[in-house]
Amino acid sequence: MESVPFLFNREDWSLHRKGQLDQQRHQQKVKEAIRKNLADLVAEESIILSDGKKVVKVPVRSLEEYRFRFDPGKQRHVGHGSGSERPGDVIARDGAHGKAGKGPVAGDRPGFDYYEAEVTIDELAELIFEDLGLPNLQQKRRPELVSTGYEFNDVRRHGAMANLDKRRTLLEAFRRNALAGEPAFYPVRPEDLRFKTWDEAMEMRASAVVLAMMDTSGSMGTFEKYIARSFYFWMVRFLRTKYHHVQIVFIAHDTKAKEVTEEEFFTKGESGGTKCSSAYELALSIIEERFPPDEYNIYAFHFSDGDNFPSDNSRCVKLVGDLLERASAVGYGEIVNSRYYSDSTLMSVYQKIEDPRFVRVTIRDKSEVYPALRAFFRQTPEREVITA
Amino acid sequence: MTDQELIELERWTERIMKRARAEGLDFYDMRFEVCPPDVIYAFGAYGMPTRFSHWSFGKAFHRLKTEYDYNLSRIYELVVNSDPCYAFLLDGNSLLQNKLVIAHVLGHSDFFKHNWRFRGTSRFMMENMAAHAERIARYEFRYGMERVEQLLDAALALAEQVDPHPVGPPSAQDEDDAGEQERGRPARPSTPYDDLWALDERLEAARASASPRAEAPAGAKEGRRAGFSPREPAGGDRPGGAARPARKWPPRPEKDVLGFILRHSDYLDAWERDVLAMVREEALYFWPQIETKIMNEGWASYWHLRLMRDEELGEEDALEFARMHAGVIQPHPLHLNPYLLGLKIFESIEARWDHPSEEDRRRLGLTGGQGREKIFEVRELETDASFVRSYLSRKVVEDLKLFTFVHQGDEWQVESVDWEHVRDALAAKLANGGIPSIWVEEADYRGAGELLLRHQWDGQVLDLEHLEKTLPHVHRLWGRPVHLLTVVDGKETIFSFDGEQHRRSSP
Repeated sequence: MESVPFLFNREDWSLHRKGQLDQQRHQQKVKEAIRKNLADLVAEESIILSDGKKVVKVPVRSLEEYRFRFDPGKQRHVGHGSGSERPGDVIARDGAHGKAGKGPVAGDRPGFDYYEAEVTIDELAELIFEDLGLPNLQQKRRPELVSTGYEFNDVRRHGAMANLDKRRTLLEAFRRNALAGEPAFYPVRPEDLRFKTWDEAMEMRASAVVLAMMDTSGSMGTFEKYIARSFYFWMVRFLRTKYHHVQIVFIAHDTKAKEVTEEEFFTKGESGGTKCSSAYELALSIIEERFPPDEYNIYAFHFSDGDNFPSDNSRCVKLVGDLLERASAVGYGEIVNSRYYSDSTLMSVYQKIEDPRFVRVTIRDKSEVYPALRAFFRQTPEREVITA
Repeated sequence: MTDQELIELERWTERIMKRARAEGLDFYDMRFEVCPPDVIYAFGAYGMPTRFSHWSFGKAFHRLKTEYDYNLSRIYELVVNSDPCYAFLLDGNSLLQNKLVIAHVLGHSDFFKHNWRFRGTSRFMMENMAAHAERIARYEFRYGMERVEQLLDAALALAEQVDPHPVGPPSAQDEDDAGEQERGRPARPSTPYDDLWALDERLEAARASASPRAEAPAGAKEGRRAGFSPREPAGGDRPGGAARPARKWPPRPEKDVLGFILRHSDYLDAWERDVLAMVREEALYFWPQIETKIMNEGWASYWHLRLMRDEELGEEDALEFARMHAGVIQPHPLHLNPYLLGLKIFESIEARWDHPSEEDRRRLGLTGGQGREKIFEVRELETDASFVRSYLSRKVVEDLKLFTFVHQGDEWQVESVDWEHVRDALAAKLANGGIPSIWVEEADYRGAGELLLRHQWDGQVLDLEHLEKTLPHVHRLWGRPVHLLTVVDGKETIFSFDGEQHRRSSP
């Protein structure tokens, strides 16, 4: 073939999808890596405090391409300066330090290939909730799906003659005739016809209610509140993702219990002493008034540091028993900050309760939030599980 | 780029190629492809448009594309070391940008054609890689994506551990194979005819057991009778077994770890060897580019600057050219810019040989006016390490305000601005393409067919996390415990992985 010194060419590359395909495979592997690190990620500050941001960055180190290489931290590097550099000058620092006890954070450093995966909270939630569900969920008297008839809510140009919207049809004809210079209702042409369309209005009936109780007394420090809120953050998300119409009641308590809004629940400060029975009493009265147990699956969860008025403990045991009579499951999570830990906590008296529907967990650090979620929301496949 | 612009670019290219030739550049015939960004970034990530699929390329692609989408970086072109030389131009480039890019590309093409490290590279790698991609896709279909992916993970982890410049005879490999024949082992890799070789072994075994001189251990004989498998476990007739006096294997250390494994691991299936061989071939093709990054980019930058400078540019174009050139050679405190450094070194060589100092005249016999000739010679003979070692002068270090820096606590601190220190540090860092040099020391380590690798210590510490995460990949290919000897905290240390556990010990 004769040699041609040069050629220009512009091809159609629209079918060249390899990069995108391999990128998908990579993202799939990122997901797998995240799945393996869920316990650490569940209590990740950047997520809990993300304020509804849709995308979070989670550090993923397992997708490095490992090979024999020099330690960049122990190598001598060469850079371009401004001419004013003197030995000992600091030109960069490692990324934000000591934050949330995580490992190294991507900084402006040479040599470190630190991969941060961007995932949406929804994607993360999907992974976290993959095999979680409300335990002991039962078919209640009130069915979870009730059809309440039809609702006409739109007008279209096509439809069955029986659904003709006569008024709108005449208006259309009038408008068209008027534009043609003859303001009159007739003639009516086919294009004037307007039909009503409808949706079958289905009302989803909640068959479950979750009572979320949290100790906000003075002894609940930053760590304890953070843990409790991490748990409830995911619980709320989980319930709303999987069960569209589950109701959640938020109860905050110190010596007195109060039903609060979701926002208050997640932001309210702490004060006062502790009387956990107050929360249970309020929960019971709310059930009494609003959630008859034969119509609702009832769940009650309570987080505390266990530092209760000792005189109140036996009352708590009795009330948990009352809750168990009405509820599908009751959970108690005790957050232990080793510095203040004492033996005479609520947990020690709850040890005596023997009911498989009463779930106890102790949380000592952030990585135990995920196991707690799993303990409270483990699936119960042997029963019929209803997901609305 | 509009069709009109394309026509103008073609005319311009013809002219600039003539001028480049007149200046002494000697490049391959050129094929310019105008591509959309996605395609350019895919090529950037894969190293070659036709390469096989792997998630790591997808990761690189994602990063490059994101940087492009956020306007953080831009690849104007990609040039492939092939004959004819393919250059991929970004469709979004303006006409002037493309002119600069083409001038730049001619420099690369000349460099590929003449730098001696590229002498051995295949100029048909585009086609080879396309064939590789197809073959690997077929293996995926046959053996499942997971298996192929895991194999590629392992192969790519070792892709830099090849020997791009094996030094002459007798090659370790030949001796090796001779040694194997001598030991009566079938030459690997295994073939469908292994059962024929096994007949020989059976005969030999029969003779051995009949002969009173037979000294082979019972275990070995049993092994032979039992299976005649080419995958016979170690200890049979391996060197170091009692059948022969202990003998080092390989007789001398081999640098081509990937090649050694693919030839001698008896753990691999034929198709797995094939994949390893393909990865190795591609790695060898890319290796010279790793070793000459600074020179290659410097040379191309030198030429886009020269060729464009002589163009009559309108005011707007001149401004755009200046802006683009400035972007290409922008310095950064933490990352050495190879375009800038290479360009400045070439310019300083040219100036020095054009206008030698008294000392250079006396000591090197320079007569002046030899600058152009000298830089052509340098582009042919050096690699980055020797380029920096020999030609990074005090003036360049001071002009570019280079300094060395190190990690202290959680800070990066300036270590030195002394020009010789900077030069030596950089040259040391660039040795062996900046990649740790690792050798197969012993393939029958502890007499059990285990693999001992040795890191050729040059004062730089290995990344221990990476080391421990890479060993399982080696194990995946070798099938028996693997070891790596290196120096940690001034002490020789052996890192071992036996398939389940990591261990550190001293030799």
